[in-house]
Amino acid sequence: MAADGRLGPDPGRQQPDGTPVGRRIIVSLLALGGVGVLGGNALQSGLSRVLAPVEEHDPTGLVSLFPLGATFRYYSVTGSVPTPSPTSYRLTVSGLVRRRASYTLQDLQAMPQSSLVEDFQCVTGWRVLQVPWSGVELSRLLDLAGPTAEATAVRFRSFDGIYTESLTLAEAREPGVLVALRMLGAEVTHDHGGPVRMYVSSNYGYKSTKWLGGIELTRGQVPGYWEPRGYAIDGRIRE
Amino acid sequence: MDGSDATDGHELTRFSLAERAVHWTLAVLMVVCIVTAAILYNGFLGVPIGHRRVVELIHVYSGLALPLPLLAGLGFTAYRADLSRLNRFRPTDWAWLRSPARRDGTIRVGKFNAGQKLNAALTAGSILVLLASGLLMYFPDVARLSWRTGATLVHDWFALGLGVLVVGHIVEAVHDPEARRGMRTGRVRRSWALKEHRDWVDETARGTVAGTDEAER
Repeated sequence: MAADGRLGPDPGRQQPDGTPVGRRIIVSLLALGGVGVLGGNALQSGLSRVLAPVEEHDPTGLVSLFPLGATFRYYSVTGSVPTPSPTSYRLTVSGLVRRRASYTLQDLQAMPQSSLVEDFQCVTGWRVLQVPWSGVELSRLLDLAGPTAEATAVRFRSFDGIYTESLTLAEAREPGVLVALRMLGAEVTHDHGGPVRMYVSSNYGYKSTKWLGGIELTRGQVPGYWEPRGYAIDGRIRE
Repeated sequence: MDGSDATDGHELTRFSLAERAVHWTLAVLMVVCIVTAAILYNGFLGVPIGHRRVVELIHVYSGLALPLPLLAGLGFTAYRADLSRLNRFRPTDWAWLRSPARRDGTIRVGKFNAGQKLNAALTAGSILVLLASGLLMYFPDVARLSWRTGATLVHDWFALGLGVLVVGHIVEAVHDPEARRGMRTGRVRRSWALKEHRDWVDETARGTVAGTDEAER
């Protein structure tokens, strides 16, 4: 550590007595920030294992105001998202398919449900560990629709009217890609993208379209909401 | 517009126009950052307001701009002089921080008290950390995922800390109309300065009377 130098320009007064505590504080904060960036991942995993259960069951919601552990941040890209009634909700399957379909919430609930417990990982870094999800495997809906030979990708439309995202058809058929009806042990809430949202376990969160209203088979992936805004069309999580 | 001329017997010049411009530009940017941060962070604000991309861009650009007024100030003598004052802690500063009677004037205070010095350093350091961690979050291709997770945690905690500092700063200002006038008009009453910043009053007196009353404390 070099000896402390004087602050550069000193306007002609015999002031600089004392120690440069201000600069030391700034350097210390920068060091602390650096340690946090490098070690925060491990710290947060530990913290959230302890605190996530507390937070999810905190009736006041106050715990979630503090960045104690890993919690959901609620993303909505439009002005307001309509709340469909349980009877008015429809999920359409269209595009390059042999059999178009329109499912009500009841239709989806009546289909075989798959459950899994997986992390939700945002591309910006936050993650929620071990979230329980359940719903209909996307591959089941795709089989029912029968993609035509030209179909190579799946496009998801949000009923917020703006948001779309996409997967390759191969990715869309993988296990762990759910048309989710339940998460965190309850029906998917409006803020979480309910009544029906996507959950794509192998991809960053922006691929898990909220407020799912339409599934469309396309030739080639159509860039979605985030792709022109800087996120890759391939949303696979890479460590 | 010299920083420390006594304007007349009753008033002292505390902050130059440049310093006040730095302060108020920073203040506006800071409030924009805090309001947009609250929307981005809290679902009960974020979901009804929506437009996440717009809110995010406002937050990012005002965050990127946050250090600019601080850097621009370096072009001005009075600002550099005050920066040097804020940087340096004297032994009396530690005593002032520890003393329950710090406000009664027995421990003499220069242009800035130790609390103001701490606030300045913590604010400046937090701004730099938030800038760096924010950039890591904004450009996901730059750093690996575990660093982005760390950057998010760091950004959250430093934002909370800086928020507390800003609120504390405003609370202090609310309680001291003369200090507010100093940052608004640049001038403060001599009587206020004698009570709150005794050594600074002496220092400005020495500056104008060219050291004649060095012996007079």
